[in-house]
Order: sequence, then structure tokens, then C-alpha cells
Amino acid sequence: MFGMLLRAWRYRHFIYSSIKNEFLSRFARSRLGALWMVIHPLAQVTIFAFILSAVLSSKLPGIDNRYAYALYLMAGMLAWSLFSELVSRSLTVFVDNGSLLKKMMFPRICLPLIVSGSALVNSLLLFVAILAIFALLGHLPGWNILWLPVLIVLNVMLGAGLGLVLGVFNVFIRDVGQVVPIVLQFWFWLTPIVYIPTTLTGRYKHWLFLNPMIPLVNAYQNILVFGKEPKWLPLTGTAIFAIVSLIFALFFFRKAAPEMVDTL
Amino acid sequence: MSEPILHVENLGKAYRSYSSEWRRMLSWFGAPVKPIEERWVLRHLNFGIQPGEAVGIVGQNGAGKSTLLKLITGTLRPTEGAMRINGRIAAMLELGMGFNPEFTGRRNAYHTAGLMGFSQEEIEKAMPEIESFAEIGDYFDEPVRTYSSGMQVRVMFAVATAWRPEILIVDEALSVGDAYFQHKSFNRIREFQEMGATLLIVAHDRSSIQTLCDRAILLENGRVIKDGNPEEIFDFYNAMIAEKENLTVKVVKLDNGKAQTISGTGEARVEEIALYNSKGEVAEYVNVGEPIELRIKVKVHRPVETLVLGYGIKDRLGQVMYGTNTWHTGQVIHNPRPGDEYRFVIAFPANLGIGSYSIQTALVDRDTHLTANYEWRDMALVFNVVNIDKTQFAGCLWNEPRISIESLTQ
Repeated sequence: MFGMLLRAWRYRHFIYSSIKNEFLSRFARSRLGALWMVIHPLAQVTIFAFILSAVLSSKLPGIDNRYAYALYLMAGMLAWSLFSELVSRSLTVFVDNGSLLKKMMFPRICLPLIVSGSALVNSLLLFVAILAIFALLGHLPGWNILWLPVLIVLNVMLGAGLGLVLGVFNVFIRDVGQVVPIVLQFWFWLTPIVYIPTTLTGRYKHWLFLNPMIPLVNAYQNILVFGKEPKWLPLTGTAIFAIVSLIFALFFFRKAAPEMVDTL
Repeated sequence: MSEPILHVENLGKAYRSYSSEWRRMLSWFGAPVKPIEERWVLRHLNFGIQPGEAVGIVGQNGAGKSTLLKLITGTLRPTEGAMRINGRIAAMLELGMGFNPEFTGRRNAYHTAGLMGFSQEEIEKAMPEIESFAEIGDYFDEPVRTYSSGMQVRVMFAVATAWRPEILIVDEALSVGDAYFQHKSFNRIREFQEMGATLLIVAHDRSSIQTLCDRAILLENGRVIKDGNPEEIFDFYNAMIAEKENLTVKVVKLDNGKAQTISGTGEARVEEIALYNSKGEVAEYVNVGEPIELRIKVKVHRPVETLVLGYGIKDRLGQVMYGTNTWHTGQVIHNPRPGDEYRFVIAFPANLGIGSYSIQTALVDRDTHLTANYEWRDMALVFNVVNIDKTQFAGCLWNEPRISIESLTQ
């Protein structure tokens, strides 16, 4: 496993230039270029904000900004969009690059690394956009925002780990590629991004602690919206889950790699 | 004997299928799962290649040539056996892979070189060289989508060969691009060879292997069946193909769309057709300019008044290179009886360009097939013209000139 990472290190220029290429290719023949990466999640925030806040007039306790709900949505969306981009793009990365894998020899681990890198760039862009909107709406996140890098690392480990396992699965069982987007949508609604966790009643409420995304999304909301420190205890659970899934993913990937090209 | 640069020992590659993909995955973790099928594409390969050797890999489609190259480049992993490689490999399989049409040639060149594992500094240092070798002028900084396919090949080749590899793998990439660039790339490969690089070439045509290689390996059904000098290997290979084709003529006739089509009313039929070389042997490969004979045996089945045999030589695109019939030559057969057999021997020199040709035959009553068409046969026979000993030339016809030059300066 160490050798695998060492080989990837030797290809760092390639990984870097691929991420750059992917970023630049958004500008080719599209006027707003990479802005679309920011516009999509923000448009979703606007839709939810409009429907839930203006139409259903839900209230957010504990904060007195009248745009409070929009802020809350944006924080959750920042966490979720990074995670879902990592999972859904890692899912198809090997299948999409099948012909390249068959013809060129390079460390295969570069592909998921490129995906992770470019998802990270997109997330940072979204973060900058969100900060600007926060400032416009008259909200300052406070010092706890400095915890954000820790949360991002956790988020990337979780998303990349799960994505890598699913991506390898998808090479052998293509149905995985169809199922995962549906599961992701379910998962989105099982995570308090659009709604407040305290509004949850229902029978299944007690099972939600199994969702490793909840502490993460909650931490994003705490540091960006409520100016509070993340809740470390539940986050530890997420961290353990992320580390285990990443290690398993690398191990699984290494076992699968020899047969992957045979099947593509 | 020095240390071989490439050493292959009992190499084998199998594609395995399992009753379910879950079982395949379990097998990675040491679970005792048996595949339901193992298809060996290559097996028991043993050979060593010395530094500086140029080796041609010959074999029919499906013999395992490309699998072998993929194993050597490392995109596929061997199922059994071992392989030792001492040096960097550059493979030119499928030039033009992975170019992003929206980016400039320069950026794509950069990206591809990165994929080959070179660092930023190395690429930047080599970039002027790549640009000048590709010779596409200002297009180098235009998006690749504006390129012709020939221009893409130029850039790709320039990148792939910008650094001298210890082993260069060429998979028929030489036959792409325009004649000028083909020459240029050929020269570069030669240069590498002179500087001590090892070459591995896969090609179907005798000429490129014979000019570059000093050794050839013949693969058949995933095994090395012959390893020796290219001349000998090609003779063996051609004989092998010829034998095979004779056996399968009947099958080819039936289901292959490109194969023989026979039509006509059937009063007379071509029973046998074969091409003989100057030594009087049945040949599928003939030399440029070699005197050859087309021997056709015709049998009459029902009474007719006149019988005329026509034939045409077509190139691989179906253009008739030459054709005539026995009406024009004044050799009409009058009132043949059912059961009569005739042998036509058509002798002519193979004054044709290098390539593959087919023979078409027609049995008719006069100069056209419009009044009566006893039998019409397309692709009755296929043969190849190769240039063994003539001056190199281009075109579909051999028209050897005598060139004289006199110096006009004092």
C-alpha cells in the first residue's frame, strides 16, 4: 500500500495538471465556466429557501438573522455537495476511463486522487461564494470557522473512501452505478440539511445516529452559522468510520486492480 | 551474453469468468472460489530479448499479440509466470489516445507526457523539441478539435518519442499519417535503434518488419510457435495462412458478407481457381513484377452455343486494375457439350503496386454479361503483392523507370 502511494507521489505533477485541466475545461465553450459549479448548489439552496422559508414559513430557533434559514441551508449544502460529488464521481471514474486504463500504464490510484482533488477545488470555490453571500446577508461566522480544514479532511476521507469502494464495485457490477445515485438522494433527506434535527419525530429517529454524515453536516452548520465549536464526540464516530472505510477502500482497490482492466 | 532487457518466463494470461461477480471478489480475499471458465489468451511464453534487438511480433488476429504487448507495457497483469524488464518502456499503441479536443496541442502534449510519468521540468525542457518535431506550426497552440487526424498523430508521436526509451513498442502506428511524416517517424525509430534502444514491433506487413527487425516471434493461439529471423518466420506464416484459407474457403463463402458471391444461371461453372508464382507453386504472396499464372478450371453443365471466360483484378477498394475476356482475345469456345472441362491459363506479370487484390471471374456468352450470365464470381481468389527486391515505389502499378541524371554545373 505504501508503494502505491509512493508511485502516486511520483505522478504528482500529472495529478496536479489533470485537476487544472479539468478546471480549465469548464471554461472552454461556456461563458460562465467554473461558476456553474457554484451556481448549481446555490440554486438548490435558493429553491429550498424559497419553498420552505417563504412558502412554508419554517423558523430556525437560536439565530435572529431573517435569512437564518438560507444560511443554515448553505452550510449544510457545502458539506453535502463535497461528499456527494466525491461519491458520485469516484463511482464512475474507472468505467469512464476504461479505454485509457487499457492502453496506458500509470498508477491507477491517480484517477481517484484526481477526482478528489477536483472535488476539493469545487468545494473551496463554493465556500468562497458562500462566504461572500454570508457577508452580503450581514452574517459573520466567527473564529470557529478555523475548524473547517479539519472537517474538510474528514469529509474527503469519508467521500473518497466510500467512492473508491463503490467505483471498484461498479467495474464488476454495473448496477452499482445505477443504485448509488438513488441511495445518495435518500441519504440527503436522511441528513438534516434542509430541516432541523429537533423537528424530527417519527419512529426511525433513533436510528439516525448510524449516519456518519449527520455529525459532519452538523459541525459545518455549527461553525458557519451558529458560531459554535463542532461537537467532537459524535465527530469521532464519523472519523473512525472515515478512516476505516478509506483503509478498506485502498486494500480493496489493491486486490481488485489486477483484474479491473480485464473486465473493463 | 549480456543480461536480457526483457525476460519472459512461462508467462500466461487468462480471462476468468465466475458464476457471479461476487464470487470473483471473494476470490481476491483468498476464498476458495473456482472460476467457471478460464480462457487462456497466452500461455507458456518463454523468451528473452537482448538490449538493442529489434523484434517483430507476427501472428494472425486473435493470436495474442496485443495481449502480449499489454502485458509488457503493464496495463494487464499476468495470470501466471514472470516478466523482468530493465528499463523504461514507451508504447505507441493507439496514437491519439486521451487527447482533450478543447485543449491546445501544447496542453495535450503536456498532459500526455505527464501520463507517461515525466515531471514538469522534464516536460518543459522537452517541449520545444516536441513542437518542432510535430511540425504543425501555429496549430500547436490551437484547440485539438481544429486538427486533422494527421496532425493529431504528429503531436502524439512527437510526445511519445520525445524521450528515448530503453524499449520502444510500436503497434502499426507507423502506417498512420502522411507519407512525409511516416518517413520522419521511421527515421526516428531507426535513430533510437542505432542508439541502442530495443524495439518491439507488431505489424502485418512483411516490409516494415523486414526492414527494421533482425528477429521475429510468431504467435499462434497464444503460444510462441516460431522464433527466428524475419524472412524465415514470414515464409512460415504465409504458408500457415495459405493452408488455413484453403481449408476454410467453403465456410467463408457462406456467411461472410465480404466473401465470395456467386450468381448466374449455372450452364457452366468455375470448378477450380488458383494463382501460381514463377516457381510454379500455388501462391498467395507474389513479388512485384513476378510472372504469375492464373489457372482456372471450368466445367460445362448444360449445352450452350458459346462460352467466354472473363476475369478482372480488383484492388482492396474494389477498383478494377485490369480486366478482359476471351471474346476480346478471340478465343471463344463454340458448342461445348455438358461434362466438358476446360483449363484456362492466364499468364501475366504482377505489375501491380503493393497491396491486396482479388480476382473476379465471369462465364458468359459474348463480350458482356448482359445477354447470358452463366456464372459470376466476385472475390474468387485473393492475393497479395509484396515488394521483395524492387526499388521502393508508391502507387497501384509497377512502372519501373530508368532515371538518368547529368550534372549541369561546370
